[in-house]
Amino acid sequence: MMETKPGISENETIKISVKNLNFYYGKFHALKDISLEIPEKKVTAFIGPSGCGKSTLLRTFNRMFELYPEQRAEGEILIDGEDVIRSKVDISLIRAKVGMVFQKPTPFPMSIYENIAFGVRLFEKLTRVEMDERVEWALKKGALWTEVKDKLHQSGSGLSGGQQQRLCIARAVAIKPEILLLDEPCSALDPISTGKIEELIHELKSDYTVLIVTHNMQQAARCSDYTAYMYLGDLMEVGATSDIFMKPKRKETEDYITGRFG
Amino acid sequence: MTEKHLSAQFDAELSGISTRVLEMGGLVESQVAQAIYALTNFSEATAAQVLAREETVNAAEVEIDRDLSRILARRQPTARDLRLLIAISKSIANLERVGDEAARIARTVQRLISAGMSSRLRLPVEDLKFESDLAIALLRKALDAFARLDVDKALEVLKQDDQIDQEFEGLMRKLITFMMEDPRTISSSIDLVFVAKAIERVGDHAKNLAEQIIYIVKGTDVRHSSVEAVETLMR
Repeated sequence: MMETKPGISENETIKISVKNLNFYYGKFHALKDISLEIPEKKVTAFIGPSGCGKSTLLRTFNRMFELYPEQRAEGEILIDGEDVIRSKVDISLIRAKVGMVFQKPTPFPMSIYENIAFGVRLFEKLTRVEMDERVEWALKKGALWTEVKDKLHQSGSGLSGGQQQRLCIARAVAIKPEILLLDEPCSALDPISTGKIEELIHELKSDYTVLIVTHNMQQAARCSDYTAYMYLGDLMEVGATSDIFMKPKRKETEDYITGRFG
Repeated sequence: MTEKHLSAQFDAELSGISTRVLEMGGLVESQVAQAIYALTNFSEATAAQVLAREETVNAAEVEIDRDLSRILARRQPTARDLRLLIAISKSIANLERVGDEAARIARTVQRLISAGMSSRLRLPVEDLKFESDLAIALLRKALDAFARLDVDKALEVLKQDDQIDQEFEGLMRKLITFMMEDPRTISSSIDLVFVAKAIERVGDHAKNLAEQIIYIVKGTDVRHSSVEAVETLMR
């Protein structure tokens, strides 16, 4: 029998398959039996009120939670068929495959060039020329190259907030991940920088599977192909973004996106 | 829209614009009724009133349109709210055309009167009255259904539009008979054909409004669907 993919079009290739995922912060049950499929080379947005578990869910995809002993996940997260949660694969290899960008730009306290090269060196031995090429490639992917090409050896923290965030995206892209996790990437940015990042997200999806957590529903509406609505640790509804914003199936989803919730 | 938004101001804006759609609907409904009164009573004064109202109706449409743009720009509505606003945008165009049909009838009355038809006219204006009563009742029902977002009532409107179409065809046959029997009535009979057609269009606009109500509530575009298909959808 064919497996059902609720809300996801039949023609999509599935990149991530979440099965009965439960997550706990100590005793607190933060994700409740989440099952979800995420299509390859599409942008999937996670929306929901604070505390609904959307960031928690995002952090399970690269096992970010392992940094904290009190946190544990049960269930399966299959990336290309391989279970991330029980994987014996080196965690840094998973994170090379699954890049992440956070809410606040977090440039390393080093030059723009080194911000990009630092992560690449952990996984690859490149010649000087190859590294130069990689840095340029990543900064172009991050839509930052033309703005910084003449000051690659200046500090990354001298950039504007929006530029810093694009630097972080470029840094994540530089190690050639397959999946990009963006946790509120624009919440600290002005509308112009936000617009640039959204444009960038649109370009990135031709090569990457992008997952974005956002508080800004209009942002989800603008830049995602699929939207998942979460509430109190439950996945309420997943569907094509245009369906979710035009005609959601569940009343709870409609109440939230129309601002009737609360 | 029973449940409230977190923003009471947004609620006020949505209910305010819905109210004004209903006001505009009431305006064009009475315009049609007046136009028919002008026809059946050969009242030049009433015909003139109908035409004078056109400006008010046009102004209402422009004003509602402007507020729609404002709400869209400022609130970025989604789902049911977005569907409501899209539906209003289409519905007011329909209502404005109902007003146009009323004006068309009023101008015909003026022409008939100035041609001196009133005294010796033995045309079936009573039949036209019957058709227009149906159309006005249908429009009122559609506006009622809009006020309550009542899809069952909207479905009734879709079903009843057929009656008006049948009435229109009956009238057509009658007027043709008139023209054949007495060629002197040809000119005024043709005028009445256009009046009958205008009334039939009012019914069509009521039907369009009903379709928009179903779109708001169910999220499905039922234009160009059969009544049976719409009924299946509602079940």
